Amino acid sequence: MKIIILGDNEVANGLTETLSKEEHSVTLVSSNPEQLNTMREECDIRTILGAPSYPDILSQAGAASADMLVAVTNNDEVNMVACEVAHALFNIPMKVARVRAKEYLDVPSLFGSDVIAIDVTICPEQMVTNHLSRLITYPGASQVYNFAEGDIRMVLIRPYYGGVLIGKSLAEINQFLTVPMRVVCLFREGKSVNLNGNTIIETGDQLLFLSASEDIKPIMQALGRFEHNNKHIMIAGGGNVGLRLAQALEASYAVKIIDHNHQRSLHLANNLTSTIVLEGDVSDKKLLVNENIESMDVFCAVTNDDEANIMSCMQAKRLGVRHVIALVQQAAYVDLIDNSEIDIVISPQKIMIGSILAHIRQGDISNVYSLPIGTAEVLELIVHGDEKNSKVVGRAINALNLPKGTSIAGIMRGKNNLHLQRDTVIEAEDKVLVFVENSKCVVKIEEFFHVKATFI
Amino acid sequence: MRYVAVLKIIGFLLMLFSVSVIVPVCISLYYDDGGTRTFLITGLAELTTGFVLWFLCRNGAAQIKTRDGFLVVALVWFILSAFAAIPFYMAPFVDLSLTDSYFEAVSGLTTTGASIIPNLEQLPHAMLFYRQELQFLGGMGIVVLAVAVLPMLGIGGMQLYRAETPGNFKGNKLTPRIAETAKALWLIYIILTVLCAVSYWLAGMDIFHAVGESFSTIATGGFSMHTQGFAFYHSNSIYMIAIVYMFLSGVSFALHFSVFQQHRISLYLKDVEFRYYVLIIIIVAAFTISVIASHHIYSDFETSFINGLFSVMSMVTTTGFKNSFFSHWPTFIPIMLMCVGIIGACGGSTAGGIKVMRFVLICKQSMREMRRLIHPNGVYLIKFGEHALPSSTINAMWGFISVFIAGFVVLMLLLMATGMNMLTAFSSAVDSLANVGAGIGDVAQTFQFVGTPAKWILCVAMIAGRLEIFTLLLLFTPAFWRK
Repeated sequence: MKIIILGDNEVANGLTETLSKEEHSVTLVSSNPEQLNTMREECDIRTILGAPSYPDILSQAGAASADMLVAVTNNDEVNMVACEVAHALFNIPMKVARVRAKEYLDVPSLFGSDVIAIDVTICPEQMVTNHLSRLITYPGASQVYNFAEGDIRMVLIRPYYGGVLIGKSLAEINQFLTVPMRVVCLFREGKSVNLNGNTIIETGDQLLFLSASEDIKPIMQALGRFEHNNKHIMIAGGGNVGLRLAQALEASYAVKIIDHNHQRSLHLANNLTSTIVLEGDVSDKKLLVNENIESMDVFCAVTNDDEANIMSCMQAKRLGVRHVIALVQQAAYVDLIDNSEIDIVISPQKIMIGSILAHIRQGDISNVYSLPIGTAEVLELIVHGDEKNSKVVGRAINALNLPKGTSIAGIMRGKNNLHLQRDTVIEAEDKVLVFVENSKCVVKIEEFFHVKATFI
Repeated sequence: MRYVAVLKIIGFLLMLFSVSVIVPVCISLYYDDGGTRTFLITGLAELTTGFVLWFLCRNGAAQIKTRDGFLVVALVWFILSAFAAIPFYMAPFVDLSLTDSYFEAVSGLTTTGASIIPNLEQLPHAMLFYRQELQFLGGMGIVVLAVAVLPMLGIGGMQLYRAETPGNFKGNKLTPRIAETAKALWLIYIILTVLCAVSYWLAGMDIFHAVGESFSTIATGGFSMHTQGFAFYHSNSIYMIAIVYMFLSGVSFALHFSVFQQHRISLYLKDVEFRYYVLIIIIVAAFTISVIASHHIYSDFETSFINGLFSVMSMVTTTGFKNSFFSHWPTFIPIMLMCVGIIGACGGSTAGGIKVMRFVLICKQSMREMRRLIHPNGVYLIKFGEHALPSSTINAMWGFISVFIAGFVVLMLLLMATGMNMLTAFSSAVDSLANVGAGIGDVAQTFQFVGTPAKWILCVAMIAGRLEIFTLLLLFTPAFWRK
């Protein structure tokens, strides 16, 4: 696929890197020559220097033959104009734009081919906020992924030493649970392990399981990973993410937010009702102790500065916070602090790339999540066709000859009808959740679910 | 340094290179000239050596670093030349020493076109073709070919590509993916070669010679298939075709590709480097033709015009074809033509030399310094077309120029130390470092009588010239080898 990416930030770089590694033809457009030089050294891409929304720059970037435009500059208006230009002059079929301002997003009728020609708007801050609030809903979960409009979810947990899970086999776990769930995969030392009923869980493993959303709390309770509901939340950093998160959480939790900038603190106080806004440094030990850091359930570091987030999380953990969550943009750091004191590391790129990948992948894919371990992904596909032209329809899950490195986690039929049994026969229009060990297997899965063209 | 990965890639390239014997084998079978065995042995040697290297190192890292890329490319040129020399050495028809065989192979692969063989008529068809084919493979670069057809090289392909491709479009890719860019370059290259071959054929050459000479023309090589060079054909139409296609191969292939893709011939005229390229040709040709016409070297003006233009084009594009002895032309013309060879043609073409763009930049830089003396407070940028060039580009250009000049002086001194006279040493230095191949002085006809040490020096100089010196020179810096 020929993809043009506009933007001079970490988001654009992360996308460029991921997409170019997946054999797409990527052209990166930005007005920052240093960024382009580095990216050109690192990835097999073409770079164009210039203002991203100008027609001649887009033309140089090969807009005439591009399949997709992803505008993720820091400026909403530039992104919108770029999509408009791409639509009007070059007729690019798929246009994705980062639009952050709520004021635009609140009016969905603004976006469409005869208004502002954007096919998909993405707001990384909103995605990160949603992700964070899901994590805060399930204390103990290190990742939570939504499927089928949030009716079913996948949860990644890390069984702790001395807990009920360690030393148990998967079959045993299923026995003492009262509600249905399925272990999708088990990560050990950064690799996924082949699963069967006798697989024993060890310390340091990470477990990804799937179940209906309402069953997640009981399951986590039974697994001993869920201690008590979160109550006190402290947010470090009052940027876009921090503010949105506080707004989303303040109704149901006791929230404190810290920001070092006076003006910004005033702005926060103005936009928040029950949240306590604190002005100060996020890693100021005195301030944290004064504000009862030890009785906080969750400490979320969401400043723009990776290092500040990591350091303040480590500080907070030492001072007695139960869970610390750090927002980390740099991919290298994410791997580095995995398995450290910090409970959960959130990478905005990974969250956002998933939502863009869903549009790039062939076939009817409604959700793609790239997992924090390796390049594993979970996809939600909608099955089409009939028994004659599909390799999937009319066959039981365990009768499928799936490509190596992939597995089916479960099937969602209609609403609220989750099938986890291996003998379920797949029907057309089912939503199938597929786990892929690494992104290279995705192509094979796409082919596998592809409906063969038939001559009528 | 990832030596294992480096050796793995070299093994791969060697296997790929073994394909080069297929056509000569077929030709030799067709004409039954007895050379089949030579080429089969060569191919087998390349294939097995390549396979053994690859097999032993198959577990090497899939990706290589920038530094490894330089090492691969530099080594590949020396190693492939050695293998390419086998047929010359083994050939029963000409008696070439090891040095001579290696010189001939390097000269072919680097598209220099300086030959050792005095009498080409005695060569069998397969051998004649093989010489031309070496230039064809070397012209666009065997590594670029590998990047195009071997997707397994992955990101490593980019490092290799950068180390091999001459000219100034190293950073600026034609297409987002390197493999596609390499394919596009080879596509343009092959199209030009086919067109050229057809033109020669229509102008009266037989197919065998048309194809062979077109390889040499588009690669701006300079090996001819006749002892007398192009003078053998005595045909103005063939001279004109050669002039046109030499001119085209001196143009940046990236520019050809843009024109090809957008169907707009006007893009040529918009390209600044192209305009200077044409300007240089016009000025030099005007001098040359008027001098040889006024000295009445040829009976009529038409012959002077064609011969003059042919020699100018042959030198500017660093092809080095001969259709007349320009070394005997009067006054300053021979030296001027050699100097034009140093400038060379556009960056990103198959030509050698320092490239028109760099030459223009030197001129502009000098103009700027003069203007600065006049207006001490003036702010001047160096513009190429509409864009001001960043000072890093200009510094890189100066770095190259200084290394080129220093290399040239050292080379010339070394050659004189081996006993050459000054004119011959000058000519040989230009011939090798700028990949021209047509000399003056004692090497006007062939390099047959050059001493053995000088031949080895020239071999290194030709490869250095082909890789624009830095790629090779890097390997001799301690920093390159530091862990």
